[in-house]
Amino acid sequence: MVRGAGRFGAFAAALVVMGFAGGAGAQQTVKIGAIYPLSGNAASAGNFSKAAMELAVDLINNGNPNLKDLPLADGKGLPGLKGAKVEIVFADNQGTPAAGQNQALRLITEEKVVALIGAYQSGITVTASAMAERHGIPFLTPESVASNLTERGFKWFFRATPVAGDFARAYSAFLKEQGKAGQKIGSIAIVNENTEYGNSVASVIKEVFAKDGLNVSQVIPYSANTTDVQPQVLQLKEKNPDVLIFISYTSDAILYAKTMKDLNWKPSIMIADNAGFNDPSFVSTSGALVEGLVNRSSFAVGKPGSISAVINELYKKKTGNDLDDPSARAMQGLLIVAEAINRAGSTEAAKIQAALKATDLKATQVVTGYNGVKFDEKGQNVLASSLITQMQGGKYVPVWPKDKAAGELKLPYKGW
Amino acid sequence: MSSILLQVIVSGLLIGAVYALFSSGLTLIWGMMNVINFAHGDFVMLAMYTAFMVWTVFGGGPAAAVPIAALILATVGVLSYFLLVRHVMKGPMLAQILGTFGLALLLRYSAFWYFGANFKTLPDNILGPPFVFGDIRIDAPRLLAGTVGLLVTLALHLILTRTALGSRMLAVSEDATAAQLMGIRPERMQAVAWALAAGSTGIAGALIATFFYTSPTVGETLAIVAFVTVAFGGFGSVPGALVAGLLIGVIEGLSAYLIGPVYKDVIVYTLFVLVLWTRPQGLMGKM
Repeated sequence: MVRGAGRFGAFAAALVVMGFAGGAGAQQTVKIGAIYPLSGNAASAGNFSKAAMELAVDLINNGNPNLKDLPLADGKGLPGLKGAKVEIVFADNQGTPAAGQNQALRLITEEKVVALIGAYQSGITVTASAMAERHGIPFLTPESVASNLTERGFKWFFRATPVAGDFARAYSAFLKEQGKAGQKIGSIAIVNENTEYGNSVASVIKEVFAKDGLNVSQVIPYSANTTDVQPQVLQLKEKNPDVLIFISYTSDAILYAKTMKDLNWKPSIMIADNAGFNDPSFVSTSGALVEGLVNRSSFAVGKPGSISAVINELYKKKTGNDLDDPSARAMQGLLIVAEAINRAGSTEAAKIQAALKATDLKATQVVTGYNGVKFDEKGQNVLASSLITQMQGGKYVPVWPKDKAAGELKLPYKGW
Repeated sequence: MSSILLQVIVSGLLIGAVYALFSSGLTLIWGMMNVINFAHGDFVMLAMYTAFMVWTVFGGGPAAAVPIAALILATVGVLSYFLLVRHVMKGPMLAQILGTFGLALLLRYSAFWYFGANFKTLPDNILGPPFVFGDIRIDAPRLLAGTVGLLVTLALHLILTRTALGSRMLAVSEDATAAQLMGIRPERMQAVAWALAAGSTGIAGALIATFFYTSPTVGETLAIVAFVTVAFGGFGSVPGALVAGLLIGVIEGLSAYLIGPVYKDVIVYTLFVLVLWTRPQGLMGKM
């Protein structure tokens, strides 16, 4: 066996050498690295994102006739690189910043990827993108929202997703409107996990709300992946705030949903800041316990025939689940990078970086609900946008702002 | 005392009894053969998936899942002993540690492969509505797990201290050669210890699944608590695990409620270090 494998290895190596020597005849492959939580407590979300990115690669390499407006989805590979195929190399960040950093190094130095995407958790994007910066390789985060990510003066860092400040302003406008409509919004509690993501989003929300005259009366940070959330729910029950905002990953989100029912407490408006609450496995296990939960999303399935509807069908066929928002954003991230590499017509890092900087996608050319993709000098997509959704009958339905709504907002929060 | 504070204590006692329940198997293995089972958390994970399968395949609740999980896990325990632990025990200490650690990874990634990374939960009302006493609510799954936790630790303690089987097991743990001269087969006794420990872990997992999420890595989250409980209570002491579990549950709850959830681990681990400083053998362990 072992000897056989060795011989096979030598044969494969010979093929590779011949491929390089042969040059023109062999079709080139462009490798893009993707760092996601494929094990650890966020593995569920990470694997859904992985499936979405695999679908994007399949569209680029094999095409789909119903997606004429989506750049590169005609199956001709990357025409700018003589039809080179795209290959995505996944690496597991194991839910830790150290592993994320190591994987970034491995993908850059050993897999020789030309660009990196990742890494779901903001705290891991911090370390992984620092490694890319050091090696001069473009790094695009499709979903990490911690505000400081784009404040580090990095030259190789790009972010496609809207950021904490955008959500905070959306929540603020949303709550004020509900207050005018007669809902109670007098006291607001924030419960956040205490890594980069939770801390930064919580502090941005506090800041924006304070400016807008909304009263944040209680902030409860907690350590993620906890075994018990009863004390947190009891702290809430004691102060009984009108509005509750959760910033949590999946495992804790499930425990909060269950424990709030067990201890029989609910606010009149409950908001979840995406993340764990958008993991399809949260929706399937706990959706029935959080009827009326308000959430944010950058992805909503549009009319039949639209890019989002076609993609959702393809994704459903592949995984059995509807495309969720973080996975849609991950897929969008890969498409942005591939489009830039194609325009660069090169796998040279500096040329890809320049192409990313010149990215100009229209709202009609993207999977997510962004108004388009265009990066500012800090690498932030200035056309990113999000809308407010609500859990209704086990599904998130866009409800606000009105021009993007597909369903009626129902308040107060119902829960179970 | 405010009713919320009382609820914090009650909830702390309940989760503490659950901690005791899934820690007793770990402490038993240590007490019997000085082996730390690093796959303990993943045994709990297997039992949780067993409960989940019993529900999805047969529609069975905990009444069916608990005995099935106990049997399956006892078998897994005996197999682990004969196929792995018995051999690595002959090697250096490092081999023992890495042996069960390897088993943990094998079980974890098998679960990833077979069940996928998705979180699963049992239906929320599987045991009916919570018990309400005035302002205090005790939800049925935690109450059941807590009560069974107390009973199982008590039963393990009685087996070890009051039965002939227990005496033989203790004899082997104290001096395997001398026990062998007395006509006791050490390997058989150690296999029984693994069956008991893994079986009780099976009961624990099947009950925890009624109120916790199940995922391939859930064992990691739970195992940390189990190790702390065992060290706190005293390595090898089943009653120690019970006392430590209850203490940790209540201290965690009170410190999270009164000071803040991010500080609860600081407080629990400070106490933990203080206890080990003054009593290195743990609260109820023997030197």
